[in-house]
Amino acid sequence: MNECMVKGPLMLKRSGLSRGLAVARALAFAMLATVALLGAAGIAAADDVVKVGVLHSLTGTMAISEVTVKNATLLAIDEINAAGGVMHKRIQPIVEDGASDPAMFAQKAQKLIQQDHVVTVFGGWTSASRKAMLPVFERFHGLLWYPVQFEGNECSSAIMYSGAQPNQQILPALDWAFQKGYKRIFLLGSDYVFPRTANLILKKHIQHDGGTVAGEEYVPLGGTDFSAVINKIKAAKPDAIFNTLNGDSNVSFFKQMAAADLPPSKLPVMSFSIAEQEAKAMGPSLVQGSYAAWNYFQSLDDPANQKFVAAYKEKFGADSSVDDPMAHGYLDVYEWAAAVEKAKSFDPNKVRRAAPTLDWKDVCMGKTKFAPNQSLFQTAYVGELQPDGQFKILWQSKEPIRPEPYDALSFPGKKCVIK
Amino acid sequence: MGEYALLAGQLFNGVSVASILLLAALGLALSFGLMRVINMAHGEMLMVGGYLSFLTYRFAPARLGFVLALIVAFVGAAAFGALLELVLIRRLYGRPLDTLLATWGVSLALQQAARSIFGAIGVEVTAPKWLSGSFTVKSGAMAGFNLPYVRLFIIALAVAVLSGTWLLIQRTRLGLYVRAVHQDREMAQALGVNTGWVDLAVFALGTGVAGLAGSVLAFIAPVTPTVGQSYIVYAFLVVILGGLGNLLGTLLAAAVVGLFSAGAQIFTSVSFADVLLLMFVIAFIQFRPSGIFAARGRALEEA
Repeated sequence: MNECMVKGPLMLKRSGLSRGLAVARALAFAMLATVALLGAAGIAAADDVVKVGVLHSLTGTMAISEVTVKNATLLAIDEINAAGGVMHKRIQPIVEDGASDPAMFAQKAQKLIQQDHVVTVFGGWTSASRKAMLPVFERFHGLLWYPVQFEGNECSSAIMYSGAQPNQQILPALDWAFQKGYKRIFLLGSDYVFPRTANLILKKHIQHDGGTVAGEEYVPLGGTDFSAVINKIKAAKPDAIFNTLNGDSNVSFFKQMAAADLPPSKLPVMSFSIAEQEAKAMGPSLVQGSYAAWNYFQSLDDPANQKFVAAYKEKFGADSSVDDPMAHGYLDVYEWAAAVEKAKSFDPNKVRRAAPTLDWKDVCMGKTKFAPNQSLFQTAYVGELQPDGQFKILWQSKEPIRPEPYDALSFPGKKCVIK
Repeated sequence: MGEYALLAGQLFNGVSVASILLLAALGLALSFGLMRVINMAHGEMLMVGGYLSFLTYRFAPARLGFVLALIVAFVGAAAFGALLELVLIRRLYGRPLDTLLATWGVSLALQQAARSIFGAIGVEVTAPKWLSGSFTVKSGAMAGFNLPYVRLFIIALAVAVLSGTWLLIQRTRLGLYVRAVHQDREMAQALGVNTGWVDLAVFALGTGVAGLAGSVLAFIAPVTPTVGQSYIVYAFLVVILGGLGNLLGTLLAAAVVGLFSAGAQIFTSVSFADVLLLMFVIAFIQFRPSGIFAARGRALEEA
């Protein structure tokens, strides 16, 4: 340090090259010092920190949906840390990028468990990513908290399924449609596992409850041409369309329906993959008047929800919106923390057994609680999309619905029993 | 809606899909045929057209904006294409695999650029009021038969672009050069045709048409960073089926693909109709490897 000060004035006369060298030397010194300091801090704090993994797609096609879930998860971690942490330990999130690639999800899950020694992981969106991570969590006895509604038909002790099972989103929407007198239903979806399974279940229930399946169509993921589908919809004359299209295909579908003189106001559409984020992206004017079924809407009139929305907006900008998977990502962290406190342990096996023994809680989406099958009791809501991009809540189930991973009509005899 | 209306509707849809395919594939057919450049970034030129018209609508008033957006999308994408040709493609002539890889890289870079500038979500473009209605037959055997104005407009635009390109190639001096280079590049060069300029003009024209297509397709499809990917495969299908660098072949191939899909979709789902279409094209090129019209250019005979 002394040497530098003495030579300081002289440096002005030096050539650019040697000045650069001097700067580099100073930088290297500073970096070494920082590393040493950090190392010391790390050792000192090791006992007071507990590491958790946050694994979502931060790049690629799915980033549009998953980055916001990651944000909501980190918000919950910050809040819990500010309130004193879990078992007097600060939660340290290790954020990894699944890059919209199921194989990458499996690889990063293994890295989080084996290298970072996280005690649990929050993450995943597509069923493909979940199915890729499942064997990793089973083999290494980890625990994954999965925040998205899905097709059910899966039951593992290594996953806490907080997103809706089919009987908590799709079937309540069907009940609501039948109550409204929509008995002829046209099923339209993208061609992959969620729409195919969801429609399999829907068909059984439509027929069982005295309705009619007016038609069933699948379009390749990312498909942009709906002319033939719309022609078939017209010929089938349904009362309503149940839409499990994913992503951009929705934009093409609603634009072409409007061009063919069939906006949602003329032919009701119930969508299962359009939440506040997607509505904002598509332009609310395009999808205005269409219906959606979820277990959370940003517009829910509830003090816990207002607090959540306000906290999110404060952290991520006033014009950001909040939706169902984000609310589940946020809730999962709190449920994990509560289960850890109850089990008095970070051991995944003890935590997953403790979670269903927790009491009912009033959270942003109403009353919830994990069931013994590691899925969440939750309320179903049906909303109508308003011009401002928010949903007006039209209907809600009388009470939180018990989660059923295996639909009794579609998969008779299959039971989810977790020991 | 009766049987006749369904059939007539599918016939119209076939023509509509054909017009979209023609707009998407025309530029590719031009550059592929003349320069044997496999431009993997062609789909992204549609995407660029979509975003350029989105920007135009933001700054220009509604009625003027519509015409202006078409012009901006065409000129903007053409300029983009010219830049791409000068900076990259020109340097890789005679190396088709390298061009393929390089343009694929450009395609990825453009997608990520769009994602960084406009966001991964995509932007909102809606058709102007006068284009958003449709004509519907109310009674009789054809009751329920429906013609959306926006699809009629796209058909009209495709016809206009095709005729314009045909006139350009057949009736202008530039067109004469293009035909000369197409038939025999070295001979044309020896006779004083500046083949570099011809390549540049044709490539820019092709990407310009793609930009134009992107501008109107925004009315019926999303404008997102990856939207080009949903057209590029079908565009290549049309080019290969039609025969390289042949305008009439491209037109016929677009019609065949459009009507085949629409016809198959009467009996089966969209997904399976795609499978049938691919099987049909594979079978077809077994019998006619050079497409509906075999191209007669020396550049191609050497291949």
